[in-house]
Amino acid sequence: MNTTVKLCGIELANPVIPASGTFGYGAEFAALYDINCLGTFSFKGTTRSPRFGNPGPRIAEAPAGLLNSVGLQNPGVDAVIAEELPRLREVFHKPVMANVCGFSVDEYVEVAAKLDACPEVGWLEINISCPNVHGGGMGFGTCAESAAEVTREVKAAVHKPVIVKLTPNVTDIVSIARSCENAGADGLSLINTMLAMRIDPATRRPVLKNLTGGLSGPAVFPVALRMVWQVYEAVGIPIIGMGGVSSAEDVIEMLLAGATAVGVGAANLREPYAARDIVEALPRAMAKYGIDNLQDITGGAHNG
Amino acid sequence: MKKGIFTLAEARFAAPNLRLMRLRGDTEGAAGPGRFVEASVPGFFLRRPFSVCGVEGDTLTVVVKLAGRGTERLLALPEGAQLELLTGLGNGFDLARAGERPLLLGGGSGVAPMLYLARELAKLGAKPSAAIGFGTAAEVCFEREFREVCPELRIFTMDGSRGERGLVTQALGEGCSAVCACGPLPMLRAIDEQSPVPAQFSLEARMGCGFGACMGCTIETANGPRRVCKDGPVFSSGEVRW
Ligand SMILES: Cc1cc2nc3c(=O)[nH]c(=O)nc-3n(C[C@H](O)[C@H](O)[C@H](O)COP(=O)(O)OP(=O)(O)OC[C@H]3O[C@@H](n4cnc5c(N)ncnc54)[C@H](O)[C@@H]3O)c2cc1C
Ligand SMILES: Cc1cc2nc3c(=O)[nH]c(=O)nc-3n(C[C@H](O)[C@H](O)[C@H](O)COP(=O)(O)O)c2cc1C
Ligand code: FES
Repeated sequence: MNTTVKLCGIELANPVIPASGTFGYGAEFAALYDINCLGTFSFKGTTRSPRFGNPGPRIAEAPAGLLNSVGLQNPGVDAVIAEELPRLREVFHKPVMANVCGFSVDEYVEVAAKLDACPEVGWLEINISCPNVHGGGMGFGTCAESAAEVTREVKAAVHKPVIVKLTPNVTDIVSIARSCENAGADGLSLINTMLAMRIDPATRRPVLKNLTGGLSGPAVFPVALRMVWQVYEAVGIPIIGMGGVSSAEDVIEMLLAGATAVGVGAANLREPYAARDIVEALPRAMAKYGIDNLQDITGGAHNG
Repeated sequence: MKKGIFTLAEARFAAPNLRLMRLRGDTEGAAGPGRFVEASVPGFFLRRPFSVCGVEGDTLTVVVKLAGRGTERLLALPEGAQLELLTGLGNGFDLARAGERPLLLGGGSGVAPMLYLARELAKLGAKPSAAIGFGTAAEVCFEREFREVCPELRIFTMDGSRGERGLVTQALGEGCSAVCACGPLPMLRAIDEQSPVPAQFSLEARMGCGFGACMGCTIETANGPRRVCKDGPVFSSGEVRW
């Protein structure tokens, strides 16, 4: 049985990729299990300068998921390179995915170029879809022109594969996906979190200090799957499908919808061993559904 | 951190809506006043954080106060039921820095964790005194247990129906070596501002994971951003930017 897949020219032992913002820089999970069992993982969204993020509370619960309004807390790209990557190298020996965010095209380009130069980094995941920052992030991902501009400028400045991460908070994700492909994207990641809210009846105020946050977890899985399906029909570049993936069966569904690899986010928070358990459960699930070669089933649900 | 299935071996209400629950399972690495567990509550996505209130052999005690729907579920859990916990979370109180005569302040659901701390400090030979605060007389609990280990105990109620009227912060003063506290945020903040001696306090925050991965629980401190779940939940005087 073969679980390997190929993502933008780099082979992964399996398609399971812990999603950005739910896996830190790997250290917390490396203390629990050998994270080299993963295909790869995407580290926390990185900006030019250090960011505290939004004030708390920045977590709220939802039926089958959670809302977060963390707002890209990170130590800034220079500290990530100087402090986090050397630590990461100790526990993870495969190419890692660098998640890049910004508040201007220049910032995306600068951060991406710096991470492109790091030997640990295999892919650049350009996050134009964070719903929790104001004047950046999702602002670039809700309009086909600006999505294309970020993609084009970053592509021109780097050598490694550029995977653009899309937001579901748009009327037509397909047109944004196409426009990123036309601008040179090597792959697409979808979906980021869905803009959402909770109100505490006791205080009569939104639970999150930021008022809104991004919903993720099993609650969004069918929406994410539908979007992966639609985007697969429209583009020719590989897709990392994510949103609520929590089991090996979910991985197979995502691949059948058109994903080449699969992100696992919220599940890691609820269940610290989730990503490892999914990797371990894959062969059994493949046997159950008569799959010999995982890379053969990408888009399989579109036939007929 | 460790994940394990625990069985609710014994439970009793110490006060209305405040349930002491003894859970049997693998307690290795779980002990320490100020450390916490994340309990998986059937029917809810996120785990709930609770302070460890004692560890003896394979039995771990938590004391759960009714807050919302998850704690409501835990208060109704029958003996013999199973709960999945993440254990060994958080830094815990630094007992070495509490000194000979520490003053422990507990408010509301922060009272029981302070009892655990008092017991551990007494074992080390310290003479802890305590001040515990409640809303009203009916909520007062653990008085006898505190008296067993604390030569001096003051009880406060907000409405004055038991003990002294007012807040435990009234007990702050010079006569102690250090202050350790657990309770609502305004209480902790007042302690940080008013205590004449060094203090340690256990904070609460809404958590996504409880083990440092999501940055959901971060607060601002004098040393930069810190995660309540991993770098805390116990912080020291002057550290927290309230
Ligand atoms: C480190 C730590 C130790 C704690 N120790 C204890 C303890 O020993 N005994 C005790 O009774 N309570 C303790 N709490 C508070 C307890 O976690 C909350 O009361 C509980 O999570 C509420 O759950 P709920 O489903 O009833 O409330 P809901 O309001 O329905 O919960 C909704 C969401 O908000 C979260 N939440 C709500 N209130 C709090 C809060 N005060 N702190 C953190 N998250 C919250 C819940 O975990 C859940 O994710 C502690 C909290 C922390 C952070
Ligand atoms: C706490 C948290 C933080 C996140 N931070 C980032 C981030 O920094 N960059 C990013 O591209 N996506 C971020 N995301 C989005 C996830 O990577 C993922 O796209 C989304 O949560 C959907 O997957 P899931 O349902 O499996 O969680 C974050 C999600 C969560 C829950
Ligand atoms: S709750 Fe996830 S980092 Fe603290």
